[in-house]
Amino acid sequence: MAIKRGRGVAAINYPTGMNLGGDPTQALVHSTPTGNFMVTLSSVDLGQGMKQIMAQICAETIGVPTDRVVVDTADTDTGPHCMGTFASRGTHRAGNAVIQAAREARQVMLEVAAEELEVNASDLETDGQGNILVKGAPQRSISIFDVALSAHFKRGRSISGRGMFLIPRSYPEKETGAMKPSTCYAHACTVAEVEVDDETGEITVLTVKNVFEIGRALNPKMVEQQLVGGSWMGISHALYETTEPYYPDRDHGGTDFNQYLMPGPGDLAQTEIIVLERPSADGPYGAKGPGEMCANPQIPAIANAVFDAVGVRIDTLPITPERILRALKAQASN
Amino acid sequence: MAKIPVQFTLNGAEKAEFIDSGTTLLHALRDKIGDTSPKGGCHQGTCGACSVIIDGELRLSCLTLAETCNGAAITTTSGLSQGGVLHPLQRAFLDAFATQCGFCTPGMIMAAKVLLDHTPDPSRDEVVEALSGNICRCTGYEPIIQAVLTAARSNSQNAA
Ligand code: FES
Ligand code: FES
Repeated sequence: MAIKRGRGVAAINYPTGMNLGGDPTQALVHSTPTGNFMVTLSSVDLGQGMKQIMAQICAETIGVPTDRVVVDTADTDTGPHCMGTFASRGTHRAGNAVIQAAREARQVMLEVAAEELEVNASDLETDGQGNILVKGAPQRSISIFDVALSAHFKRGRSISGRGMFLIPRSYPEKETGAMKPSTCYAHACTVAEVEVDDETGEITVLTVKNVFEIGRALNPKMVEQQLVGGSWMGISHALYETTEPYYPDRDHGGTDFNQYLMPGPGDLAQTEIIVLERPSADGPYGAKGPGEMCANPQIPAIANAVFDAVGVRIDTLPITPERILRALKAQASN
Repeated sequence: MAKIPVQFTLNGAEKAEFIDSGTTLLHALRDKIGDTSPKGGCHQGTCGACSVIIDGELRLSCLTLAETCNGAAITTTSGLSQGGVLHPLQRAFLDAFATQCGFCTPGMIMAAKVLLDHTPDPSRDEVVEALSGNICRCTGYEPIIQAVLTAARSNSQNAA
């Protein structure tokens, strides 16, 4: 009886969004009378940072500082349609919709500015600080604040835009079954090191080293925090979490936080995160969806590490001490 | 049923309420007094989201009857900032990106505050131990542990 050490590796690719009956998200953008911009969505921010990212995307597209943008994710009854915040689709789908809406709003903003400055709209550019300048003659400029006032009170224009992003449904070809379930994939690779006690079946994850390829990280710190949390969650899926430990039987399923297990602050593996940025072709400013993807590669990596440590293949999750011991017993009797 | 009067201080301010016997402190704080910083994650003492400080001790407000708090001094996370300046723990949680959905955050900060009040310069193990009654779904804990260690360091710098 001994503590055995093992190392496992796994690599995954992971779709951004889903191939449902078509996968749409819509967005609306409009300016307030003082030249702030409202993004209206019904995509939900549940802590992953949707509001911050949509503010950045809108600000970048219109050419204003991020703090000039307010994101309203108010209500799925009244907001523009969104399929929802799931399947790592939020940034990709809503971000593209926001870009389209912000471009249209920017065009109206430039048209109003052009009338004020008596030039062509195509001769104007934004400075990213809240001003619109004549290209090559930056001394001729107008603030976006004044442009918005003019639009609202003088020229009767609505500085606004509509955005729609749709990944159309892909149907499988009848003959081959071939289809295009997603247009955009994120990737990851994890190496995990574990110790397995072959007497008790207990597993300790010593280290997880993850490389994530996530398109462009639109907000690097928020990406990092999601990846760190996701890596922990992957370990949790691999070793702890289930509502039906004897599926399909419901017996012994956890019904509260005492019984539904997750690793606590004392059970953390030493975790390393490396981000690779390869901008995606159809993502907003190159982004992909890292959300769900980042909690996946740890699972096969840990299963492989367990095999490396004690020579048994556990193909049912979570990899509990009981499953290890049963597998070791079966192995011994073979 | 007759209502019971209860009086305590909440973040230094006098509070008086009439409550039904058996009302939890969590319910009294959130739904009667309107301090929603303590969160109800499980209502059975297993998640720590409802943690508050009562007379210097970390307590689960979901398992504390409000009527037992007469005369107590209660601190919640909403009472930590002073004149718009965040408490060092709040600052450290922000800087360390130690919060995502934020549901666990007030409870984590309460647990960390009691730790630092008693142990200003804790080891990592002491931080882990202090947070072990609080669960978090989002962060993977490491950013939270780092935030508490950072707050401890900034406290000792301020004291020095
Ligand atoms: S709500 Fe009190 S411990 Fe969960
Ligand atoms: S930040 Fe979501 S539960 Fe901790």
